[in-house]
Amino acid sequence: MTSGPLAANGAERPILQVRGLVKRFGALEVLKGIDFAVAPQELVFVIGPSGSGKSTLLRCCNRLEEPDEGSIMVDGVELTDPRCDINAMRRRIGMVFQSFNLYPHLSALRNVTLALRKVLRKSRREADEIGRAALARVGLSDKVAAYPAELSGGQQQRVAIARALSLEPKIMLFDEPTSALDPELVGSVLATMRDMRESGLTMVVVSHEMRFARDAADRVVFMDGGRIVEEGTPEKIFTAPENPRARAFVAEIAR
Amino acid sequence: MEALAHQFFNLDIMRQAWPIILQGFGMTLLLCLAVIPLGLAGGLLVATASLSKSRALRWTVKGFNDVFRALPPLVVLILLYSGLPFAGIRLSPFAAVCLAFLLNNSSFYGEIYRAGIESVGRGQWEAARSTGLSAPHTFAYVILPQAVRNVIPDLVSNTVEVVKLTSIASVVSFTELLYAADMARSVTFNTSPIVLAALIYLVILWPVVRLMSRLEHRVAA
Amino acid sequence: MSAFERFLESFFNPKLMLRYWPDIAQGMLVTVEIALAVLASGLALGLGLALARSYRIAPVSAAIVVFVDVFRALPPLVLILIIYFGLPSVGVNLSAFAVLWLVLSLVLAAFAEEAIWAGILSVRRGQWDAARSTGLGFGQALIHVVLPQAVRLAIPPLTNRTIAITKNTALGTVIGVGEVINQAQTAVSFSGNATPLMMAAVGYLAIFAPVVALGAFIEKRFAWRRA
Repeated sequence: MTSGPLAANGAERPILQVRGLVKRFGALEVLKGIDFAVAPQELVFVIGPSGSGKSTLLRCCNRLEEPDEGSIMVDGVELTDPRCDINAMRRRIGMVFQSFNLYPHLSALRNVTLALRKVLRKSRREADEIGRAALARVGLSDKVAAYPAELSGGQQQRVAIARALSLEPKIMLFDEPTSALDPELVGSVLATMRDMRESGLTMVVVSHEMRFARDAADRVVFMDGGRIVEEGTPEKIFTAPENPRARAFVAEIAR
Repeated sequence: MEALAHQFFNLDIMRQAWPIILQGFGMTLLLCLAVIPLGLAGGLLVATASLSKSRALRWTVKGFNDVFRALPPLVVLILLYSGLPFAGIRLSPFAAVCLAFLLNNSSFYGEIYRAGIESVGRGQWEAARSTGLSAPHTFAYVILPQAVRNVIPDLVSNTVEVVKLTSIASVVSFTELLYAADMARSVTFNTSPIVLAALIYLVILWPVVRLMSRLEHRVAA
Repeated sequence: MSAFERFLESFFNPKLMLRYWPDIAQGMLVTVEIALAVLASGLALGLGLALARSYRIAPVSAAIVVFVDVFRALPPLVLILIIYFGLPSVGVNLSAFAVLWLVLSLVLAAFAEEAIWAGILSVRRGQWDAARSTGLGFGQALIHVVLPQAVRLAIPPLTNRTIAITKNTALGTVIGVGEVINQAQTAVSFSGNATPLMMAAVGYLAIFAPVVALGAFIEKRFAWRRA
């Protein structure tokens, strides 16, 4: 079963609308025609075995990977259109990476303010103000001047979230945000994400944090072999998936 | 354009200069065969001494290294070749070059070996000694082979520099490649012989340089 | 006169020291001037070339690789002689000082390009991803995110090479640049005494020993863990 745009609840225009997305690496077809939509304020979880194309799907949504076929609309703008200003669009699409990817030569605050200054052309004063607010929002007011090497993994990931958040994105993409973290540090990152969810941010999360998915997700999408195989409420996907592979996968991660 | 070709790529002049340049090239090879092993051996000595237990020896080596890192190799050569006769010691150009290179290169090769030796884990020493190997045997059969393997890129790159450096022997009239080429230049009033010499250096060293940068980028990536 | 006195007389003659110290000092000034000029232009050009190579425009990259390889493979003295003796006959007249500066700058640029490019390649892909995902353009990501890390990675391997190349200012004596060893050689031929050579050695030590110490410090300071 695949879903059309109507899977996004209500008549509202989806923030993200992917149609017929195909991505190949050489001869290998990683995404085999994905149709996928996310409504405003929705939190969608994407799960699936490794190699199923989850991360590639996410990376296509801000064209860190160039799609080979299909269309990607974000907030009504077609990203694959050659006339699209991709840099202007990217700052409206926040992204958080598995390995944080903080800039090691810059302090936490400068990590956050770099794009504010260079992309949005804000003054240093204004950028600093926004940056401090963003760091405060992820609970790191006291780490403004710290360098990435001085921060724990959880703190680094929260700085990375603040970096994306400060640009006031329409949608945030999370690529396995907690899987590089020690177990005891996962909680702080999830708490931050929950807080963002409550403030009404639209989010797409690739992750296997089932508890978080059950609590917070509106919808769970199961991918396998470059296709969306099944989707539905967390309740349904985690308790009674129809697809046999989804069932096997859920049983595996629930152990 | 024609003037450029005539001045730098004059085939007639290159052909005339070829025999003498070839001879010079032979001398450059000979020089390399002398100074590279000398430097490698001297470096080993310096590295061993710099890791010695004797503080006096360590400080002597440190002083030696500091002096020869600060002095340009050409200056060392001129000091030996033009200075020593005032003390009654007259060295042939070949001997002066060998001595200057020994002094200069021992310190550079020595630093490389030392970095290599320090890169071998403490556990290797302990493992070897625990099997009853003596300290010299441990050093020679366990530590040094690993150390050298760890710094082969640096040894190669330093050796390229040594080969290039042999060109300064021309300054004390040793008839190596550059000296021969420059002699031909001064007779023909044309730069082509030196360009020919440059081409010979390129043929010898370019493949090594290419290989090194590929290795470097592979390590980096 | 004892042997020791004769030795002092030929190598550390106070009268000659007094007579020739202004020449040696003048030579030191020239050496420092060239070394600084080479440092500035060589490193700047090397940086520029590494940046140009990042755009991966095939003909540009190929030209840079050829330039870098040639200037790494050729002995600087060979280049100096080719340019010094060759250029006048095709109508370009450069002073010996300018030739020395030009050649050493190009050699340093080649090594600097190589080191910085290796640094750029070893910055992790995620750094580019993160920068681009916040809307930074390619050039902005290169300048503000990748280059600062690449330069830090390049500094330790580049330090010793840079020192070696600035020491090559001594090669200028071959084409008559009046740097330290050149002044000393002139003084030796006038005085028939080795004292000026010893003064030159001290002169070089005075210039380059601090540089070597600084280099060791820089190497340690930037031996920095990559993120």
